[in-house]
Amino acid sequence: MKYLGLVWSNLGRKKLRTALTVLSIMVAFLLFGFLSAIKEAFLGGATLAGADRLIVRHKVSLIQPLPVSYEQRIANIPGVDGVVHMTWFGGIYKDPKNYIGTFPTEPEKLLNIYPEILIPAEQKAAWLRTRNGAVAGRVLMNRFKWKIGDHVPLTSPIWGEPAGQPSWNFEIVGIYDGAKKGTDTSGFYFRWDYFDEARQKGKGTVGWYGVRIKDPAQAAQIAKRIDDEFANSPYETKAEAEGAFAAGFAKQFGDIGTIMMAVMSAVFFTILLVAGNTMGQAVRERTEEFGVLKALGYPNGLVLALVLLESCMIAAVGGFLGLGLAWLISLAGSPIPAMLPVFYIPVRDLWIGAGVVLALGVVCGTVPAWQASRMRIAEALRRNA
Amino acid sequence: MTGILHWINQVASVAYFNLCTIPARIGAAMTAGVGIAGVVAVLVGVLAISAGFRRTMTIAGVPDVAVVLRAGADSEMTSGLSRDEARLLHDMPGVARDAQGPLVSAELFVVIDLPKRTTGTDANVPMRGVEAPAFDLRGNVKMVSGRRFESGKNEIIAGVGAAREFAGLDVGQSLKIGQNTWKVVGIFSAGGGVAESEIWTDAGVLQPAYQRDGYQSVYAKLVSPESFQEFKDAATSNPQLTAKVMRLSEFYADQSTFLTEFINTIGIGIAALMALGALFGALNTMYSAVAGRTREIATLRALGFGASPVVLSVLVESVVVALAGGLIGALGAYLVFDGYRAATFNFQTFTQVTFAFAVTPELLGQAILWAIGLGLIGGLFPAIRAARLPIASGLRES
Repeated sequence: MKYLGLVWSNLGRKKLRTALTVLSIMVAFLLFGFLSAIKEAFLGGATLAGADRLIVRHKVSLIQPLPVSYEQRIANIPGVDGVVHMTWFGGIYKDPKNYIGTFPTEPEKLLNIYPEILIPAEQKAAWLRTRNGAVAGRVLMNRFKWKIGDHVPLTSPIWGEPAGQPSWNFEIVGIYDGAKKGTDTSGFYFRWDYFDEARQKGKGTVGWYGVRIKDPAQAAQIAKRIDDEFANSPYETKAEAEGAFAAGFAKQFGDIGTIMMAVMSAVFFTILLVAGNTMGQAVRERTEEFGVLKALGYPNGLVLALVLLESCMIAAVGGFLGLGLAWLISLAGSPIPAMLPVFYIPVRDLWIGAGVVLALGVVCGTVPAWQASRMRIAEALRRNA
Repeated sequence: MTGILHWINQVASVAYFNLCTIPARIGAAMTAGVGIAGVVAVLVGVLAISAGFRRTMTIAGVPDVAVVLRAGADSEMTSGLSRDEARLLHDMPGVARDAQGPLVSAELFVVIDLPKRTTGTDANVPMRGVEAPAFDLRGNVKMVSGRRFESGKNEIIAGVGAAREFAGLDVGQSLKIGQNTWKVVGIFSAGGGVAESEIWTDAGVLQPAYQRDGYQSVYAKLVSPESFQEFKDAATSNPQLTAKVMRLSEFYADQSTFLTEFINTIGIGIAALMALGALFGALNTMYSAVAGRTREIATLRALGFGASPVVLSVLVESVVVALAGGLIGALGAYLVFDGYRAATFNFQTFTQVTFAFAVTPELLGQAILWAIGLGLIGGLFPAIRAARLPIASGLRES
């Protein structure tokens, strides 16, 4: 502990240089936080998915509809605990840029099978009362500054206009929050009965089914039972675990993980070089002082530790500032909600970040520390004379 | 006049002297340079994705082809046109004709799940039912292997991109989709355009397979690019049609906006943050370069060199180092990323698009500008400090 003061005053010797190095490390870890949030936005669906849920869709493509009559048949299959259907509506609010994930569905079953959608009891009751009622997620409500009770007109390029009206009119009766961090609250759910009555094509069909099963260990067998039930019909199905579905969908975008890793490596390589060079410089400039320390009887190991401590302190100050800043920004919500509705840094990644901070400190300090500890006293004292 | 010449002479000689001493400080200079190379490489790499995607989406956008969708639709997926509407569109004014009749193709657009070769997971692959004129009106469709499908048969041809990315699309293979089995009879190229991501078949065969009676879009070759207005007016004023008419170029550009903007926003954001990090590194380097030369600078000033030649010479040094780094970064990114083949998901069409990363000349130019900018900012403050060094005490410094 008593050496901390020594390290600290060495850091303060060239304040500007120390500050610049700390800042560049801070930026690197800010970026680390952002990248892990972006990665999570793409790939987090798979980890958030309920282990006890399956997704049942048309075998040819998610685009193809399934008959609504399948709901009862799926519910009757042994091992199935509950079923809800959803449909892709493709809602647009005023301008095509304001595109919203909009789903006609069945309120009670939805809230039962997806317990991560949290909505107060009285709002749920209002939804069940209001035929054109809709519930919107917190992020979405904030994005358009909507309030409960607002009437919102949406258009749908897929379904066109509802019978007898120029646009789909919804009354917002509830706001939902996510029970878990990372639950997408940019969605808009409304009642399928209202939708099916008013739409002018595709009546009696739904997009896909969410199925809750009694025993997650049986997921594969139950999925097979569902697919067998509808085999050789005009609407064959593909049932799979929700996690597998989400992971597969994320893979459609390409290898997000690899791209993020590549960018991260470039960032850290750059920063490592900057910080490492600064440390090296700081040690070279003080050759004489290390000579003095050693002449005073400081063992090589201690000199090594002092230099390492110095580089670790720079890394720690910059790294934790950067991670903290990224975390604070992510708490405030997504900086670009229209593009990335989900924006949070998983705790796991914060730990990884902390580990990288330490590694960076050690790696940057190793070479200069080794040089400092290997110096011969006589030479070191003569170096700058 | 001689004053200016004298000044230029001073700037040049100090800058030359500074540049000559870079090898003595190669470590520090390399740090700054490599930092900037990293920024430029990431910037170019990420933006090459969106540039490549956009190139693929728009390269086939010839101005003399019009696309017709149902009014209100934003993509082929959400569009629908009846047989009657399609027939009317074949006989509109402004449409080009050849010996077989009008160069118009009424098309169907569906999505099928095929596993990606790389991951084995399902991907949304676009499948298009076309009429015979489709090949000629696009102007760039060529068979690479096999032959075209025969009309009336369950035969498909695949774009080179689709065949490369998705399993099951080799000539001679059969593909079961829903209740139907299709035979792959050929692979086609389309000048690097978006059609290369698609599977094509005869519209007349695809309709019953998907229980469809109508079409989703109509593509029409026009007599000339100028005939567009005539065609559009005729189509939109006809009371039997509820149509939205666009030039192919406009249509494709429209469909690539979301993904391009998304990648650009995130890419530039990342690069900007990284640039900030590298900037601190460059500042560090230049500050210590100036600090290490305090006595030299003071000597120059004592000899009668002005403050501005000293400022400029430091800036020149910083920009040269940054430029070198930027060029290395841009060249590296070009060698690694240009032409790299990939596939991604276009939200606007809800299907896969296969494309190649494109490191375009504009992108390289942009990268160089970033490097110069970083060099200027990184050198400016240290340069000012150099100019303000007091001469007397500077001479005494060790």
